[in-house]
Amino acid sequence: MKKFVSIVLATAMAAALAGCGATATPTAATSESGSTASAAAIKIGGIGPITGGAAVYGTAVKNGEELAVKEINALGGTQFELNFEDDEHDAEKSVNAYNTLKDWGMQVLAGPVTTTPTLAVAAEAAVDGIFVMTPSASAQAVIETGDNVFQVCFTDPNQGVASADYIADNALATAVGVIYDASDAYSSGIYEKFKAQADSKGLSIVAAEAFTADNKSDLSTQVTKCKDAGADLIFLPIYYTEASQILKYADSIGYTPAFFGCDGLDGLLAVEGFDTTLAEGVMLLTPFAADAADAKTQAFVKAYEAAYGETPNQFAADAYDVIYAIYEASEAAGVTADMNAADICEALKTQIITMSFDGLTGTNMTWDATGAVSKAPQAVVIKDGAYSAMTASSESAK
Amino acid sequence: MSEVFDAMQFLSYLINGISLGSVYALIALGYTMVYGIAKMLNFAHGDVIMIGSYVVFFAFGSFGLNPIVSVLLSMVVCTLLGVTVERVAYRPLREAPSLAVLITAIGVSYLLQQTAQLMWSSNPKSFTSVVGLRAVSLFDGQLMISGETIVTILSCILIMLALTWFVNHTSAGHAMLAVSEDRGAAQLMGVNVNATISLTFAIGSALAAIAGALLCSSYPTLQPTTGAMPGIKAFVAAVFGGIGSIPGAFVGGILLGIIENLSKAYISTQLSDAIVFLMLIVVLLVKPTGLLGKKVNVKV
Repeated sequence: MKKFVSIVLATAMAAALAGCGATATPTAATSESGSTASAAAIKIGGIGPITGGAAVYGTAVKNGEELAVKEINALGGTQFELNFEDDEHDAEKSVNAYNTLKDWGMQVLAGPVTTTPTLAVAAEAAVDGIFVMTPSASAQAVIETGDNVFQVCFTDPNQGVASADYIADNALATAVGVIYDASDAYSSGIYEKFKAQADSKGLSIVAAEAFTADNKSDLSTQVTKCKDAGADLIFLPIYYTEASQILKYADSIGYTPAFFGCDGLDGLLAVEGFDTTLAEGVMLLTPFAADAADAKTQAFVKAYEAAYGETPNQFAADAYDVIYAIYEASEAAGVTADMNAADICEALKTQIITMSFDGLTGTNMTWDATGAVSKAPQAVVIKDGAYSAMTASSESAK
Repeated sequence: MSEVFDAMQFLSYLINGISLGSVYALIALGYTMVYGIAKMLNFAHGDVIMIGSYVVFFAFGSFGLNPIVSVLLSMVVCTLLGVTVERVAYRPLREAPSLAVLITAIGVSYLLQQTAQLMWSSNPKSFTSVVGLRAVSLFDGQLMISGETIVTILSCILIMLALTWFVNHTSAGHAMLAVSEDRGAAQLMGVNVNATISLTFAIGSALAAIAGALLCSSYPTLQPTTGAMPGIKAFVAAVFGGIGSIPGAFVGGILLGIIENLSKAYISTQLSDAIVFLMLIVVLLVKPTGLLGKKVNVKV
């Protein structure tokens, strides 16, 4: 009898969970069918973390891609159909998602979002000959996996070099401390290039402290070491989750250096319960600021806010650019939905290196054959709880 | 790092270490209680902590309840959760091989994590500290001890003393000791084994709620995976100190935190985990039952 009761309870729990799963699926299905206007649509696969620690990125990318696909389909020309799969920022799950998309008939891959999963997926896609354009996986190794892999974001070396240049050229610091994630390709990749560039610029790094994925609940020692080394600026080539913790701890011990980060810090202001005044004055290198005055950005921000009820971050903008870049390249190269993935890949990769693309994250963006993008970096500073473009005045105020 | 040895610096690293260590110790107390009495490794303990932290986050952070009321509420929720998990998942396996129970515990751990993810999404939340105490400043502000650290260490010591007293001086505690020593014999002597084990889970889970609130007060990122890694470290701490021993969990936790932070400070931030586990191996080679573990008599 007791056994029976526990079986019933366990089944009830399982059923409840299955119920939760089931409620999630229809929403995905409707968003798909929303963009399946025409039967002859090019099937675009998306992969990214909708759940897990990096969900802010995946969700933003999914939204940005959906929005772009909707707009493009409404234009009536080349039609797209988008199917976005979750990978929880996990390489193995990302490859599973990739295989699911391949079974579905994916012709072009707009993803994955984060670096480590992208490395795994790009290796598969290079073998299969599927065109890959990632909005945000920024490691150099990502584009080295094959000539079919392209980035819309800067590569990490580029981010590391640009950050060091920015800090040195604007004299933001005399002694720099770095806290980075040694177990993450994105973070350690940026750090290495940053260090090399800082050395050549004569910028002194007084402390370089690491943490790992398994050992990041306590970051107090890393911050204390930067403080003891006398760093007046801490460079954070890490994701926003740990950054929020570092800002909070530094504040609690009364340590107030300047903070400078890369695109991983995007999302900091969206952390629930985080006291955004702690982020005041944090600078980050990002090619997109939602308050930019140009018409393109404003139209995008307005449409995004109307559809998802939040201000888009850089990842949404990168994703939006990915879809439009694929769209423009497809139109120019005469790609149609009845071509197979390998032919599309050949056509797109020859087309993309010859064109110049105006997107949200840069004008006159060009790609070279390695897959790296060329566009101008831009820094923003967090002011009154929002990003604002860094100008001479906000720098001197710092 | 300066070349001269700086005593203030050393002290501040030491305090960081004790602060982290007392969180480990609090979690390890729950591990060791359950292991000592039910003879099972409850790998879901870290996730009960996470659930407890979410309860406090919503009660205190979102609804603005009094911090103490929030922690009490979280203790009630965790106790119910712990007892339910024990009733549904572990009790039917009481006679099963210990491996089956271990795997079930890992399963429960994932179940709790994924359920939390469905209910509260995976977006990290920044936890508002439940500790109202201001940081204490010593030596003209050269040394800061945060209120969280003080409260965590004090509650850890208090809980350890209370548990030791409870086990040695109450009839329920004696029942626990009896079940721990020989479950079959205890049953024959009229001890209600199931009730005793349920009580153990209830106490362990209530401690998890306190540990969760203090863990997240010191290290404010709250995610469905928040409990997982500290849970494993605390398990290591429990083994380090001698699993099944209440003072052992305390000593093991504090030492683990200190070793971890000092190796971060003076050797390498990257190698600290390797050093911690190396120490564990050395201790287990010299004393296979852990620092304070003895053959039978101290087992809770």
